[in-house]
Amino acid sequence: MKAEIRKIVVVVEETRREMGREVNPPTRKAVAAAVIRNPFAGAYALDLEPLMVIGEELGGLLGERAVAALGVKPSQIESYGKGAIVGENGEWEHAAAILHPRLGKPLRAAVEKGAALVPSAKKMGGLGTPIDVPLGHKDAAFVRSHFDAVEVRIADAPRADEILVAVAVTDSGRPLARVGGLQKHEIKGEDGLR
Amino acid sequence: MLAAIRNPYAGRYEPDILPFMEALNALGVTMAERLLALLGGDPKRVEGYGKGAIVGAAGEIEHGALWHVPGGYAMRRVLGDAKAIVPSTKKVGGPGARLDVPVTHINASYVRSHFDAMELGIPDAPRADELVLALVMTTGPRIHARIGGLKASEIRGEDGLR
Repeated sequence: MKAEIRKIVVVVEETRREMGREVNPPTRKAVAAAVIRNPFAGAYALDLEPLMVIGEELGGLLGERAVAALGVKPSQIESYGKGAIVGENGEWEHAAAILHPRLGKPLRAAVEKGAALVPSAKKMGGLGTPIDVPLGHKDAAFVRSHFDAVEVRIADAPRADEILVAVAVTDSGRPLARVGGLQKHEIKGEDGLR
Repeated sequence: MLAAIRNPYAGRYEPDILPFMEALNALGVTMAERLLALLGGDPKRVEGYGKGAIVGAAGEIEHGALWHVPGGYAMRRVLGDAKAIVPSTKKVGGPGARLDVPVTHINASYVRSHFDAMELGIPDAPRADELVLALVMTTGPRIHARIGGLKASEIRGEDGLR
């Protein structure tokens, strides 16, 4: 099943100053979100395979759109995350079916590599519900400077029979990161952790 | 479990903020113990966890990052050497700001039934010079989890991933 997409929203957040100090180069986060019809709104379905197929489609589409919004090469993406909000006629598990089985592989293709878990959040909500999409380094989850999140909100979504699906990428860590831990230049990028 | 505390670095740039990370260890353990008690007190019943922070308007996002080590350390200690990384989110926000705290299995991040999240907030916090710190624990998978993947019964629990 192809996703029936009502709307795509792409947002870039660029931080130039933090606590009165210049952030140079600015840190940047991009989010690409799609609002889709939930094919299972209003009824319990045991087999959620169609949502897994939609997840695969959106992982590629939204991953590519988010990377393009930053205007960098896929290899320059440093962290990523994903999230979904299910409208009120859907089920919590619908978000899981989109996000977890198949969205990651095409997203990793869009950012090159991606040895680390793609961190995620999910919720149910009505129009204008915000979601905090967690961010983690794409090749080594323990890189402490890249633990972060980005809030996404679309004023007219999700309607009751819709799902909002979001993919976030960055080309940087937090502004003025200075709490120690594993640094990005130290990673091996093999096991997804370090 | 949420705590609203004073942000000692509110309103100014402080280059070395690591001393406060140390200072948060005791609070972390207190919060983790209280949270476990709320869930019945048996660490073996806890299957998922997560953490988060909301920084008040006079702080910087980096102040929220101070919670990574103490929050994770506290839950691992209280739950008996949990293996998986503790997933997290953070933001800067005003009183009543809500935060979606991600949740994953405590011993193997890839357990698919336990990828979850919980929205939290406090109506009168964080004030501008405060931090809201959050810990989340869960006692099971998502309701009606049915999308396959690694099961909690299959984990090896060695690397924190599988």
